Amino acid sequence: MSIITRGFRGRREAASADRVPPGQYVTRDFPVLSAGPTPHTPLDRWDFSIDGEVDEPRRWTWEEFRALPSEEVTRDIHCVTKWTKLDTVWRGVSVDTLLDGVETSADHVVQYSDGGYTTNLPLEDLLDGKAWIAFEYEGEPLEPAHGGPARVLVPHLYFWKSAKWVRGLRLLDHDEPGFWEVNGYHHYGDPWREQRYWGD
Amino acid sequence: MAGTAVLGRLTWRVADVVDVRAETPRARTLVLDVPGWAGHRAGQHVDLRLTAEDGYQAQRSYSIASAPDGTRIELTVVRVEDGEVSPYLTGEIGPGDRIELRGPVGGYFVWEPAHGGPLLLVGGGSGLAPLMAMVRLRAAVGSPAETRLLVSSRSEEDVLYRAELGRLAGGGLTVVHTLTASRPAGWSGYARRVDADMLAEVGPGPAARPHAFVCGPTPFVEAVAEALVALGHEPQRIRTERFGPTGG
Ligand SMILES: Cc1cc2nc3c(=O)[nH]c(=O)nc-3n(C[C@H](O)[C@H](O)[C@H](O)COP(=O)(O)OP(=O)(O)OC[C@H]3O[C@@H](n4cnc5c(N)ncnc54)[C@H](O)[C@@H]3O)c2cc1C
Repeated sequence: MSIITRGFRGRREAASADRVPPGQYVTRDFPVLSAGPTPHTPLDRWDFSIDGEVDEPRRWTWEEFRALPSEEVTRDIHCVTKWTKLDTVWRGVSVDTLLDGVETSADHVVQYSDGGYTTNLPLEDLLDGKAWIAFEYEGEPLEPAHGGPARVLVPHLYFWKSAKWVRGLRLLDHDEPGFWEVNGYHHYGDPWREQRYWGD
Repeated sequence: MAGTAVLGRLTWRVADVVDVRAETPRARTLVLDVPGWAGHRAGQHVDLRLTAEDGYQAQRSYSIASAPDGTRIELTVVRVEDGEVSPYLTGEIGPGDRIELRGPVGGYFVWEPAHGGPLLLVGGGSGLAPLMAMVRLRAAVGSPAETRLLVSSRSEEDVLYRAELGRLAGGGLTVVHTLTASRPAGWSGYARRVDADMLAEVGPGPAARPHAFVCGPTPFVEAVAEALVALGHEPQRIRTERFGPTGG
């Protein structure tokens, strides 16, 4: 299998090995992965939509969105560029809340964002308390560099599956690869199965 | 579609370290021979996997700094003082050693000669590595693409590839240096962090619609990309790659 790298010792983090997926390392920083400049959409021009294969599209302004019930969630996050950050604290609206009452035949979703970013995943990965539209990080409004005003949080998948600057979810009856997915990254992205790239 | 050429599984390969070159007091270039390597596009990276005697493993990404050249690739690693992997790669490893890698990875932060110019390349620290692959490829194929390369380094001794860039400059390639932490006697380049004024002077301006590639630590990339947008460059034409931490 693997060859030994002569003279390499490494610096293992003794604690929490069971919380760090294969090939990942724990960081206390919060690195950033994006393909282009950070968009800055003023809140009075921000809205959030549910569209695609739905009985009726939904749309919330920033004020309407912030009036929805929100939750504080503490989760570990895993970026495909190898860092894992433990116990990150977010506040956001559960996707279950946004999809409550929506009728759909879809089983795939594309998240779409300001700046043109998209990422795809199965609908069921957004349901049952697994995903949020987050607007606070560690008690502060989410910074633009980290996806503010609002980003998706799907902590059980690699973090590129949590779109920054998100503006909506498009429900689809077929799988449609997003931005990184057409550029060589895995369609599903489970960190525990180390699904980084095509074919993993 | 970008990236379709790399369809298929990215398997781990064992590369031979055939040479090691000191670039600066803190940086080394590893010349690797990768049996079965099928080539790469300028801007892509590889993942390295290091395994300790007891099976402990660490993975890190490194950009390919060389232009496509058979089964050889070059990686330039800058030492991060308290780092886990980069001190090993800039210190311990040497010719005759073997290391596991897979790649090439990434289909977006990529320049191909067919994309043409003009090009605006802005690199901070080790972020110069993937831009160097583009500049070297441009030279290797004789591309006429007009190219401005802005290189931000901490101090004069930290400037990567300085002699080679001096040789490559001309014929449509302009290389501009800035130093962020010192200004040696006789230094004629810039001596401050990259800002909008500097980018406007280096050009090409937004009217020329350059392809912009910005790479380096996150705060550097954020600042440069924001300045380019403020100058009127189209966000869709600005591609970024972020290497480092946020610092907190
Ligand atoms: C796509 C991609 C391409 C990359 N290409 C290159 C390349 O061509 N050359 C290269 O030298 N590096 C490159 N990097 C960075 C590289 O992957 C490692 O992050 C870097 O070598 C540090 O690893 P380490 O194990 O030594 O430090 P770690 O043990 O991971 O980190 C130690 C400490 O240093 C901080 N730190 C991490 N990276 C940096 C940095 N760049 N500057 C300052 N502080 C840092 C960490 O936040 C941490 O606090 C690339 C990264 C990515 C994502």
